[in-house]
Amino acid sequence: MPETHPARRPPGELEASVLAALWAAEGPLTPADVQRDLGSALARTTVTTILARLHDKGAVARTRSGRGYAYTPTQDSPGLAARRMRTELDKEEDRETVLARFVSQLSPDDEQLLRALLDDAESGTDAESGAGEESGVDAASGTGEGGGSR
Amino acid sequence: MNPDLVPPLLMPLLAVPVARRLAASLAPRSAAWLLACTAAVLAASSTLALVLLAAQGALLLPPVAALGHLTLPLLTAGTDGLGGFAGLGSAGLTVPAACVAAVLLAVCAGAVTLAGHRFRAEMARARAATGTCVASGELAVLQDSDPDAYALPGRPGRIVVTTGMLRALRPGEREALLAHERAHLAGHHHRFIVVAALAATCHPLLRGLRAPLSYALERWADESAASAVGDRRLAARAVGRAALAARTTGSARPSAALAATTGPVPRRVAALLHATPPAGLRQARGRRLVAALLAGCLLVSAAAAVEAATDLHESVEIAQGE
Repeated sequence: MPETHPARRPPGELEASVLAALWAAEGPLTPADVQRDLGSALARTTVTTILARLHDKGAVARTRSGRGYAYTPTQDSPGLAARRMRTELDKEEDRETVLARFVSQLSPDDEQLLRALLDDAESGTDAESGAGEESGVDAASGTGEGGGSR
Repeated sequence: MNPDLVPPLLMPLLAVPVARRLAASLAPRSAAWLLACTAAVLAASSTLALVLLAAQGALLLPPVAALGHLTLPLLTAGTDGLGGFAGLGSAGLTVPAACVAAVLLAVCAGAVTLAGHRFRAEMARARAATGTCVASGELAVLQDSDPDAYALPGRPGRIVVTTGMLRALRPGEREALLAHERAHLAGHHHRFIVVAALAATCHPLLRGLRAPLSYALERWADESAASAVGDRRLAARAVGRAALAARTTGSARPSAALAATTGPVPRRVAALLHATPPAGLRQARGRRLVAALLAGCLLVSAAAAVEAATDLHESVEIAQGE
């Protein structure tokens, strides 16, 4: 059974998804924005709860926006230290030995091949642009908490 | 010198290509286990063989022999009369072989220690880097425009992603990325990588198992991600777009020199999109043959090493005058 029901996903996973959405955004997001970003199947109350939890942990900051709040990931670290560490890590020739990178380097040929593959993939599902819409199965089998597993 | 010591040392020449061939025809999870176990067995056998070679030489040293109450002539002479038992043979071949083995062992031990130390240092530094950034449990976001993502093993494991990577992906693709990294952590994939890396340190010919192993692990995580998001195309796009994003901004990386021919990323994307059985060895019969060959290689290698250990033990007992 390939599907996962978000209601049964560990709360940490949803928190990670919400936090990732906030970091990916250019500006502050309201719970409605986050919900739209993550896929409509995720209930608004769930999103609000997760945002509140992240706020309690100090992972996000919030500002008044209309009747509710808008959230930004906290920028408490300048990011410079993290960047310096990463540069250092990159100097290690064999970094891949322990840290399996999501993607490895591409050669120019790889790049062409990859673009062709992705074009095929995109043309196969052009209806999909955001997330969650493309499988009605999720929504149909979802519980009240929604089926926005993606 | 005991001829049983040759197979464990040379077997990787045959077993590594066979294991690669077999792994290419297996599901990613099985392939990863196969490659890691092959590396472990071959490395253990060859290291045991080196230890035995060195030990044979050491026993010929009078002080060592005296310590073990050994009678040197009995040790070296061997006794062909006793059920074909060969003894240690003449010192002529045993001593130089033992010296070489001892040097190799020392080099191995040094390299393994160094590698272990480097892994730990690497992890500590990666941890330090994520320690300075905002963390919500499993996800650590680095504020960096270069797209990058990796799983940082530990208790608890962390998913490290740069803001550059998060912004390069669409929402559903971000979920696929997170699911992929979660699979690395949940499956303890770093252990496979460390086993293969240490094995390659023990026997250089085992290096050939590392690339197919990392490919199998990435494929394993890709498949997990695909089933977590319930959409193979989505997972494929996540991998592909992440790679393209990393390519355009991260081209100044020193590790750029790694890619040579068709790299792993297009193969991963194609595997997710087409879900075709891996190339070659499609027939079960061919696969069984290759599997049997590999099993034979591993068995011969391990059995020869154990046999040699038994022989050495016997010759020691004989030399003790029993």
